[in-house]
Amino acid sequence: MSQWLDQVIAHAEKTGAPVAWQETKHTASLNALKQHNWPTRKSESWRFTSLLPVETRDFVMNKTADLNSVSDSVSAIAGLDAIDIEFVNGQLLTDLNQLSLPDGVSICGFSNATDDSQKAFNTIKPEKHLFGLVNDTVIDSGIIVSIANNVEFATPIRFVHHVTENSENHSRILVNVGENAKVTIIEHGEGSASSVNTSFAEYDVKASAYLQHYRFALFSGQAIHAGGSHFRLAEHAKVESTVVGFGSALSRLDMDVIYTGEQANAFINAMYLLAEGENFDLQTTIEHAVPNCTTTENVRGIVGDRAKANFNGRIHIHRDAQKTLAELNNRNLLLSRRGQINTKPELEIYADDVKCAHGATVAEIEEKALYYLLSRGIKRSQALIMLNFGFIQELINDIELSAINLWLTDVLRERFSLMEVK
Amino acid sequence: MLSINNLTAKVEDKTILKGLNLEVKPGEVHAIMGPNGAGKSTLGYVLSGREGYEVEGGSAELNNADLLDMDIEERARKGLFLAFQYPVEIPGVSNMEFMKESVNAVREQRGEAVLSAAEFLKVAKEACKQVQLPLDFLKRGVNEGFSGGEKKRNEIMQMILLKPTLCILDESDSGLDVDALQVVANGVNSQRSPERSFIVVTHYQRLLDYIKPDFVHILADGKIVKSGDASLALEVEKSGYAFLGKQYQGEQA
Repeated sequence: MSQWLDQVIAHAEKTGAPVAWQETKHTASLNALKQHNWPTRKSESWRFTSLLPVETRDFVMNKTADLNSVSDSVSAIAGLDAIDIEFVNGQLLTDLNQLSLPDGVSICGFSNATDDSQKAFNTIKPEKHLFGLVNDTVIDSGIIVSIANNVEFATPIRFVHHVTENSENHSRILVNVGENAKVTIIEHGEGSASSVNTSFAEYDVKASAYLQHYRFALFSGQAIHAGGSHFRLAEHAKVESTVVGFGSALSRLDMDVIYTGEQANAFINAMYLLAEGENFDLQTTIEHAVPNCTTTENVRGIVGDRAKANFNGRIHIHRDAQKTLAELNNRNLLLSRRGQINTKPELEIYADDVKCAHGATVAEIEEKALYYLLSRGIKRSQALIMLNFGFIQELINDIELSAINLWLTDVLRERFSLMEVK
Repeated sequence: MLSINNLTAKVEDKTILKGLNLEVKPGEVHAIMGPNGAGKSTLGYVLSGREGYEVEGGSAELNNADLLDMDIEERARKGLFLAFQYPVEIPGVSNMEFMKESVNAVREQRGEAVLSAAEFLKVAKEACKQVQLPLDFLKRGVNEGFSGGEKKRNEIMQMILLKPTLCILDESDSGLDVDALQVVANGVNSQRSPERSFIVVTHYQRLLDYIKPDFVHILADGKIVKSGDASLALEVEKSGYAFLGKQYQGEQA
């Protein structure tokens, strides 16, 4: 068992649900959490990631919503005109009443949730995620974004999670994208201070809606991160998601895509850059429950000395999900022999007329490409950096929002330049 | 400039160059022709230092320095340039970044100041126009999705930017239509100078109509077997490699 989890449960029992309409769900999650065994290395979904860094911590809820207490403030994205919603210590810092939003776009707290939002809440995130259950029971603030049918909202909405020393940061997001609507959501967490960060987001993407999603899990050092982004797609819905992960003492991201309508598509580009001694664990689960949907997942990582990456990509094609197209690949570069990569594509297929491809590679640099750069006078060490980074740059190049594209190129290049090839 | 003496080299266990001699003086253009499998591409790879091409004997000097003792990148910095027959595609590394790194590496070697991004962009745009590639090719991944002809022009653009002293063009004419061939040839001709030499490896006399060689050599079975002036290329065009003897007749198709 875990001291931390015991304290989480005690806290949740004492404080109860943050709003009345969540009471039933809160009780259900609390019961599920009590039933949940603390995972060990024998639990399949935690086989390669140790929970030791969180196990013996004290659960300290600090409710100061003050930007001055922040030890690592999240960097700005230059040139990006976005609506920023900021959290500190799991507390909402932004005054939602000050936002000026067009008709058809609403951003509100739990207490102003509509009936539909109340119904959708906690129905997309699967119950299996331990830290999801923790989040269900200890959050006291969350945000609900709703985009009305046929509304295309061009301004990205960015959720910013600041980290303070010795803190617990738990927050929750629900995004309703109406039929034929369009929106861009960015989840951005960053910091290295000793802390536990769980932020879970649920996306209800209605028929023919289009969601552009970014999740930047830039936690490092002693910042423990366990979060999730979960998507439900109705017919003809489209989600494009870009995930960027750094590694820390413990950093874990769970993603789920559940198709409920036909002709829906999900594209996931995920990349991780792990510096010396860091850990990152990405788990994706795609539920093809209906026919004619398409999933494309490109996962790429660079793993430094004594760093450890874990990727588990599960694609579950149900019996009726004929004509599914699913493609999953995970490519990795190891910068040192002491780095570690555990990668597992997991296809479970019950329909017979589907097209699925998967692949995982742990690569070294291609000799021909290296020779080409050297033959033009470029130093070997520089050529290796260019080729290694080129492999990540390919995914960055897919990002259409140019401010994010440029910002991410800089952030990742800087991080990469500090990583040593050993 | 370049002095090759009795060079022998093997790939895996097969000896390809079998005692090759070649002397190139500053400002000269040498064409090398020869049947398939004679070792034409191997010569370029060996001189540039590609891994897997092992020198067994002989010597090669560039400007009186032992070329075979240098790292690949050092050879390039000392002025050797090989335009590849099949340039590799490197997605994720932009053409611009690649050429800037490369030009600055060579400038550094020559003791010249490195170019800033803005300064480089200016010269790169010029070179890009000269080989008639659209400017957005600078932003694309190195050779990524380029057609055969575009890759060849991209090679010539690099040559123009790097200002090497010895350029080896490995079948830079293969797969080109007449217009593209002229672009490549004009690019090469614009770079001809009393200090710069060229080795033009080709299958066809056609290229030599545009790039006039001072010497033509026939490479067969790992050796230069015949040398002459431009008229030798015309002779090959007319009657093939029959003069080499029976064993080559089948291979020239």
